[in-house]
Amino acid sequence: MSSNNASDLHQVSDRLAKNAMRNVTERLIEFVLFAAAAVSVLTTVGIVYVLVSESFHFFQNVSIVDFLTDTQWTPLFDDAHYGIMVLISGTLVSSGVALLVAIPMGTIIAIYLSEFANGKVREIAKPVLELLGGIPTIVFGYFALLIITPLLQKILPELPGFSLLSAGLVMGIMIVPYIASLSEDAMRAVPMSMREGSYAMGGTKLYTALHVVVPAAISGLAASYILGISRAVGETMILAVAAGMQPNLTWNPMEPAATITSYIVQVALGDLPHGSIGYQTIFAAGLTLLLITLLFNIAGQWLRRRFREAY
Amino acid sequence: MQPMTTEQIRSLIAKGKAKDTIFQALGIFCLGLGLLVIFLLVGDMLLRGMERLNLEFFTSFASRRAGQAGILSAWVGSLLVMLVTGLAAVPLGVAAGVYLEEYAKRNWITDIIEINITNLAAVPSIVYGLLSLGIFVYAFGFGQSILTAGLTLALLILPIVIVSTREAIRAIPAMIREGSMAVGATRWQTCRYHIIPYAMPGILTGVIIGLARAIGETAPIITIGALTFIAFLPPVPFTEMSEGVSAGLFDWVMSPFTVMPIQIFNWTSRPDPAFEINAAAAGFVLMVMVLSMNAIAIYLRYKMRKNIKW
Repeated sequence: MSSNNASDLHQVSDRLAKNAMRNVTERLIEFVLFAAAAVSVLTTVGIVYVLVSESFHFFQNVSIVDFLTDTQWTPLFDDAHYGIMVLISGTLVSSGVALLVAIPMGTIIAIYLSEFANGKVREIAKPVLELLGGIPTIVFGYFALLIITPLLQKILPELPGFSLLSAGLVMGIMIVPYIASLSEDAMRAVPMSMREGSYAMGGTKLYTALHVVVPAAISGLAASYILGISRAVGETMILAVAAGMQPNLTWNPMEPAATITSYIVQVALGDLPHGSIGYQTIFAAGLTLLLITLLFNIAGQWLRRRFREAY
Repeated sequence: MQPMTTEQIRSLIAKGKAKDTIFQALGIFCLGLGLLVIFLLVGDMLLRGMERLNLEFFTSFASRRAGQAGILSAWVGSLLVMLVTGLAAVPLGVAAGVYLEEYAKRNWITDIIEINITNLAAVPSIVYGLLSLGIFVYAFGFGQSILTAGLTLALLILPIVIVSTREAIRAIPAMIREGSMAVGATRWQTCRYHIIPYAMPGILTGVIIGLARAIGETAPIITIGALTFIAFLPPVPFTEMSEGVSAGLFDWVMSPFTVMPIQIFNWTSRPDPAFEINAAAAGFVLMVMVLSMNAIAIYLRYKMRKNIKW
């Protein structure tokens, strides 16, 4: 009897040891998984660290006032000027053109898909939009330079071979899928009963869409526009290919100009030594770009909270 | 106010319906424009690049003469960079997704991670290039290698993989977890044998969409300083590199490289129009790669929605 008891005890302690071991493994695995999730935070920390530390060196040589107010951007010349406004103007003009295309088109498509189209049309349209959104930007750049620019030159003969206009137009088409699909999601989330109320009062589909659904979904629409702006501001290859890369302080979309992003590409293609001031300019430009997108994102979040309607 | 006659009411209704129809036409027109752009792009590149689309184009290196230039180093480079990207992004992304859905407690650390992932998705891709120029190229000393490019793109698509993993896991009903734990499985065993396998199709869709995005990314790779003219292939493992020195298993990851989008960029930015033909042909090849990857992902999702009923 007692020997039996001993073996029982032995078994129990074996099992306890195994359980303890199992707990250790479980803890270890949880830690590994947590570490993987923490990589995203490390990425952000890395981005901020790299941009700020390199820009810090840059601003030791160039005053921030000059950086913000100078009207020339010639960092690679002997007579170097560092006026970021030159690059910002190109970025804002091309983004403006893009949004003039993308916001109306994206919104119309979203309203059509959520309020008018039947299930079958939606089944086809959504993948088409997704494919359009998946086209590499370098291919869009090719499209802008070799197809859209010659087409536009037939209408506007004085348009140069590189222009913010054609790059902006194509950028707009690139952004349409993002705006359309996010806006559609926002409008589909509006409860059916609100539409039914409008229909019951004799509202037509379009009237209901514009006066009931759109106002109810406005925070979602605003969020999609903000995302569109971020995309436009950060877009690189279309501008590098089709907008020319010479710095040009202009508000005229018919002119060629460099943007923040295409300037970074231009420098990266060259052979600037690591640590030189020319090399540091791309980090200062990158920091400016990140701050602009951050600004828009904060504005978007504020808009969303301000106009959020909960049902 | 005068009461309306039947006639007036009829014309009012007709007007409203006409506006509906006009708007509907506008909607279809806008959608059609999108479709037209895709067709115009693919068609133009196919027609223009037709004469260069032969086997030789795939098996020759870039050249100063447009007629002899090919995309061998570009497509091999793209493939290898994607391999590194996939190997880095898939385990990291899936692990992060599993952690956030199955393990994370509701606290400020989790909140920070979640806000971070949303914000990272909105960071312009060129900023990732600057990050990796500072960290991978100079601080870690990886240089302008396949490894640097692969890791850069992995960080870029990580949010896509994480979000799709989380969505796939969230769709699995709680009873699966309860059933597994009721028979004594630990949390990790539940994830390992139930959650991850059932979420696999959803994860796969996200991975394919992420890789399709990565293969077309140009800006971050140019930013790390990748060369545009490469007339050799990375060393094949265990073959002779130079006199008496054979390549190790992983020597290729440190090799200089070029990728498809950079090759296209290089050709479109040359003034000689003969290179436009090459750009068109290479663009067509890239489009076929990207569109077919996206199509596979869309098909997978469609299948999944049809088949799975818990």
